[in-house]
Amino acid sequence: MKSTDDLTSLSRRGFIKATSLSAGSLMFGLYLPARAGTAATGAAVQVNAFIRIDPDNTITLLINHSEFGNGAYTSLPMMVAEELDANWEDIKLEPAPTSPEYYSPIFGEYLTAGSVSTGSSYMPLRTAGAQARSMLVEAAANLWQVAPGTLNTRDGQVINPANNERASYGELLAIISREGITAPENVSLKDPADFRILGKGMRRHEGPSKVDGSATFGIDVKLPGMLYGSMARCPVYGGKVASFDDSKALKIPGVVKAKQISNGVVVLAKDYWTAKKGRDALEVSWDEGPNAKLSSEGFYREYRELADQPGMLAEDIGDSVAAIASSDRKLEAVYEMPYLAHATMEPMNCTARVKDDGCEVWVGSQYQSNDRTLVAKLLGLPEESVVINRTLMGGTFGRRSSKTADFTIEAVEAARGEEVPVQVIWSREEDIRGGYYRPLFVHKMRGALDEKGMPLAWHQTVVGQSIMQNTKHDPAYMVNGMDGYSLDGCLQEPFGVFPYGTSYKIPNHRVESHNAPKVGVVPHEWRAVGHTHTGIAYECFLDEMAHAGKQDPLELRLALTKDNPRMHALLTLLREKSNWDTPLPAGRARGIAARVYSISPIAQAVEVTVGDNGEFTVDRVVCVVDCGFAVNPLGVEAQVQGGISLGLSAVHDGNIDLENGRVVQSNFHDYPVMRIDQMPTVEVHIMDSKEPPTGVGEQATTPIAPAVANALFSATGKRVRSFPLSKHGFKMV
Amino acid sequence: MFKLKVNGNEHAIDAADDTPLLWVLRDHLNLTGTKFGCGIAMCGACTVHVDGKPMRACSVQASSLEGQTIETIENLANAGQLNAVQRAWLDHDVAQCGYCQSGQIMAATALLNENSNPSDKDIDTAMSGHVCRCGTYQRIREAIHAAADTLEKEADA
Repeated sequence: MKSTDDLTSLSRRGFIKATSLSAGSLMFGLYLPARAGTAATGAAVQVNAFIRIDPDNTITLLINHSEFGNGAYTSLPMMVAEELDANWEDIKLEPAPTSPEYYSPIFGEYLTAGSVSTGSSYMPLRTAGAQARSMLVEAAANLWQVAPGTLNTRDGQVINPANNERASYGELLAIISREGITAPENVSLKDPADFRILGKGMRRHEGPSKVDGSATFGIDVKLPGMLYGSMARCPVYGGKVASFDDSKALKIPGVVKAKQISNGVVVLAKDYWTAKKGRDALEVSWDEGPNAKLSSEGFYREYRELADQPGMLAEDIGDSVAAIASSDRKLEAVYEMPYLAHATMEPMNCTARVKDDGCEVWVGSQYQSNDRTLVAKLLGLPEESVVINRTLMGGTFGRRSSKTADFTIEAVEAARGEEVPVQVIWSREEDIRGGYYRPLFVHKMRGALDEKGMPLAWHQTVVGQSIMQNTKHDPAYMVNGMDGYSLDGCLQEPFGVFPYGTSYKIPNHRVESHNAPKVGVVPHEWRAVGHTHTGIAYECFLDEMAHAGKQDPLELRLALTKDNPRMHALLTLLREKSNWDTPLPAGRARGIAARVYSISPIAQAVEVTVGDNGEFTVDRVVCVVDCGFAVNPLGVEAQVQGGISLGLSAVHDGNIDLENGRVVQSNFHDYPVMRIDQMPTVEVHIMDSKEPPTGVGEQATTPIAPAVANALFSATGKRVRSFPLSKHGFKMV
Repeated sequence: MFKLKVNGNEHAIDAADDTPLLWVLRDHLNLTGTKFGCGIAMCGACTVHVDGKPMRACSVQASSLEGQTIETIENLANAGQLNAVQRAWLDHDVAQCGYCQSGQIMAATALLNENSNPSDKDIDTAMSGHVCRCGTYQRIREAIHAAADTLEKEADA
């Protein structure tokens, strides 16, 4: 039943450079916290950093990743429960504290991002479960005076098959404590053929709390005496308070005070409604600063001009410039993608209590270690004096990984000097206008076809604000001044920390990069990051080449991925599952796109029907994904459906415009989002794989946009190159 | 000061008369299952039942509801037994982040009270006022059909 091959046998103190695992696994340095055997007599036993067992058989797992719909609170416990042979119902979860032993092995920080939680936790958490199991078996063996190897485990019990004697895990704790049983140096993991939990579709662990209103999100935190805060911020990014008059606000019963903090003026009141009324009654005079003239139109113009200039050279395979110059079958196009807001259903919020000697924060955040560092710095406290309590969060799509801890810092500033805790809640308008956006991008595309109509040369110039430049992540993500995130998804070869290319092979392939000036908004991660724009530019222009060369778009991609067995197999599966070779009824058309993000290849084929008036329906989406071994297929399906919904929403009518330094849109009436009547049927096919698990949280967001744009071209002959689609008379119904 | 009947209990509320029901529920009665999403009745996260009908709590003044019966997500279960919609939601693993789901479940429950066998189009009509940014729409549709089937079986039994 047990296997002890190189893959699954780990040294407890080992630092494994898992280069043997898969092409992408060099990211997966595994570190297993060694805190085994810190047992106290009679009470709960902390078996290792991740597992605590109580005498009543409750197993508490300390989860070091955030839950925002991603499924970390299900897939991670599955790993432990599998190896521990625990009863799923006996498992309780607790957010792990903001302590280095819980930091992501990939980021070296307490951060949930990049679709890496499942992949990076797979070995450490299975090992933690197996360690605990081994200690419990040893305790039972001592109790029964038999060899540990003769015992089995199942459903939270150690079983002696010779006489069917059983001991629950809770009963064995006293023996572990008394005899000082410690975690073994080496532990073997289960053969996947014996899995009872991993690979099975498990429903969300915290699901019950999400159907009866009991789930606690950040906005649901209630503390005795707590005041609510509402902020007035300058409508122009970077603007400052010149002066403010709070006399009208203070006349509103229930308003406690108004005060200036770094980012504006906050009004505190006994309930949120009163705080918001107080905020609306403030008269603030702003010094708008240098950004009051910024506009999206201005950025597009500036970026288009930059795109005509030589940029920093990110990749230059073959000689694209010469190949295109000498070709008589060349193409050129410019693609433009707007700012996008995340528009999480739960607006940003944070609760803070500040005392002279410490600070406690309650916040739905992806980035606890950064929050703690910045709060400590702000207050001049040692980091140990700052406690970050993690709540569930009502969506993030990247917004809650703030590098500036913006909404956390605001609440701490609001609470500073107050006797009571303060909860600052953003309105939807503040959220839509909040300025942490998927940055606006312009891509200039040039290409040439060979005599057979196949892509011969590719030359792409990418212009937009860098997310990572001049942040603390600059050293990790910037390569010779270029941001890997701006370019992710348009390079053929690995780049910096991104260990994969597009999966396509075009003999001449050149990509140049311009970092646009970082003014105005904060360019920020948005589910799938660079792929949200590179995916559209790359896959739509590839479609343009296919049509110009009279190639079937799927055949073309199959030909370009001949040297990439993983993507080639996936596209072959897509051909079958989407019935690609079966003609569609009149009025329907297909589109396709294929991407690799955070190691996992993914491809989608869509079918659309377009009316004369530009109204269209997305009738069918077929998605194939290769995420290695699918830890929780039910969760994978959910992530794929959800990613497609978010990506489709954005490409259809997602658009943030700046005019005179101000954001035009403000709420769901003018920043429309996908609704149930627009949602297509999504068919999800997970490639059967024994490879280590890789990410699936962001991947599905990316192919849907170009696939739909390509299908609309196929249906109408109209090629959209500036987004969203709604700018061009298309309306999804 | 005004009175409000919520989940079977009478409450004396010390809030300004213009306070939306949403903030009375959340900040005065600690019924945080009803969520704030947009404040302009465009997303449905704050949906509750007023005299059995779905209503956007963010856009109705609580003081105008004196004498009416208000029910929130916290009161849908009957003596600990989840209703058919809640059970279907669990069975179909609908929730992702879960933030919008209180409102979705309140709307779906109201729909099935009115229409025991809704078509996909009926579901679209009843539910399109609700935003889910996680994109759980496909499972919402499946779960509503499943809940309708369950209710039909229970009625036949």
